[in-house]
Amino acid sequence: MFQIQVLGDSREFRCGENTSLLSAMAKVGINCIPVGCRSGGCGVCKVRVLSGTFTAKVMSRKQVSVAEEANGMALACRIFPKSSMVVEVVEKKLKK
Amino acid sequence: MQKGVMRPGHVQIRVMNIEEALDHYCNLVGLIETDRDEQGRVYLKAWTEVDRFSVVLREADEPGMDFMAFKVLNDAVLESLSADLQAYGCDVENIAAGELNNCGRRVRFQAPSGHYFELYAEKERTGKWGVSNVNPEAWPRDLKGMKAERFDHCLLYGTDIPATLKLFEDVLGFSLAEQVVDPDGNRVAIFITTSMKAHDIAFIDCPEPNKFHHASFCLDTWDSVLRAADLLTMTDTPKDIGPTRHGLTHGQTIYFFDPSGNRNEVFCGGDYHYPDHEPVTWKAEDLGKAIFYHDRELNERFLEVLT
Ligand code: FES
Ligand SMILES: [Fe+2]
Repeated sequence: MFQIQVLGDSREFRCGENTSLLSAMAKVGINCIPVGCRSGGCGVCKVRVLSGTFTAKVMSRKQVSVAEEANGMALACRIFPKSSMVVEVVEKKLKK
Repeated sequence: MQKGVMRPGHVQIRVMNIEEALDHYCNLVGLIETDRDEQGRVYLKAWTEVDRFSVVLREADEPGMDFMAFKVLNDAVLESLSADLQAYGCDVENIAAGELNNCGRRVRFQAPSGHYFELYAEKERTGKWGVSNVNPEAWPRDLKGMKAERFDHCLLYGTDIPATLKLFEDVLGFSLAEQVVDPDGNRVAIFITTSMKAHDIAFIDCPEPNKFHHASFCLDTWDSVLRAADLLTMTDTPKDIGPTRHGLTHGQTIYFFDPSGNRNEVFCGGDYHYPDHEPVTWKAEDLGKAIFYHDRELNERFLEVLT
């Protein structure tokens, strides 16, 4: 289990390497990252990874371009931590 | 006035992993694989449908809808609707028979909403799946998952809803069954039909063109909708909302997502519409109740989560 921190939110949560960041967050009732399709398609859970390592499942290219992916952008519902992580929410579309 | 457009015929959906998508649409939703083509597209149908396929899955690097098609009565109708579309000012693309396996020629156009639609008259008729056309049994016994009966409609988000409505009414003979109207009198949502169904296609106003909200499949009863909800939990499939009832059309429904984030609906029941019916109007101020009749609150995912 790794410690996950979302910038600007004091509520950290823990996530195992077989659970997506978004689903680990939602399971403990935290809502600092917006939850949409949970399948890498809609882009509302987009985050910038500030620190930590992870693996990613395929993400919609419309939501995360190749250049963005190289710059640490990712969809929280498609990434699985390999260490503790700090991320920042980039998509402000959904309010909760 | 009806102009020979019979019903929704097929929808081509982009998925990011074809095998995951097949597991979802076949084992969970209960569609049946009927074909594959050399492009790698997979063709599916629901068991009560008489034609060879109604859903085409195409692997791509982003999800969404490529196009939706309506079946028309015959080739003469196809010819005249094609001419009418062009006279109306639409660019029409002719797609040769066989581009989709076992489907006749298609006439493709783009609606003002940004979406691509097709008309076609011919598709291989394979009959209902698993039951005979003579003394048919009530249902085939080897259906899977939610046992979807039919691809029913799509809800699409896009631009210029008034012009889209005019095109579907004036050229294609659809009828406005239900609408959502804002305090200034603008139509922000339209539910339109070419049959007795409350909608064969619906649109909601959105600043971005050509967005996909959901493809919907019909189930037989409310019990089946509840059972679909159980299956979502058993398979850990992301649920969006429901089981609940819509205010619009009054159908009983549940929304969920495919493994690429495309929204699906399974539903049962709902109102009917004849061409002489006045449209049913919902006020945009009461959109929460119009969409989710029990919660009476709009969930932002409904408006913002699209592919
Ligand atoms: S919630 Fe839709 S992409 Fe993550
Ligand atoms: Fe629907």
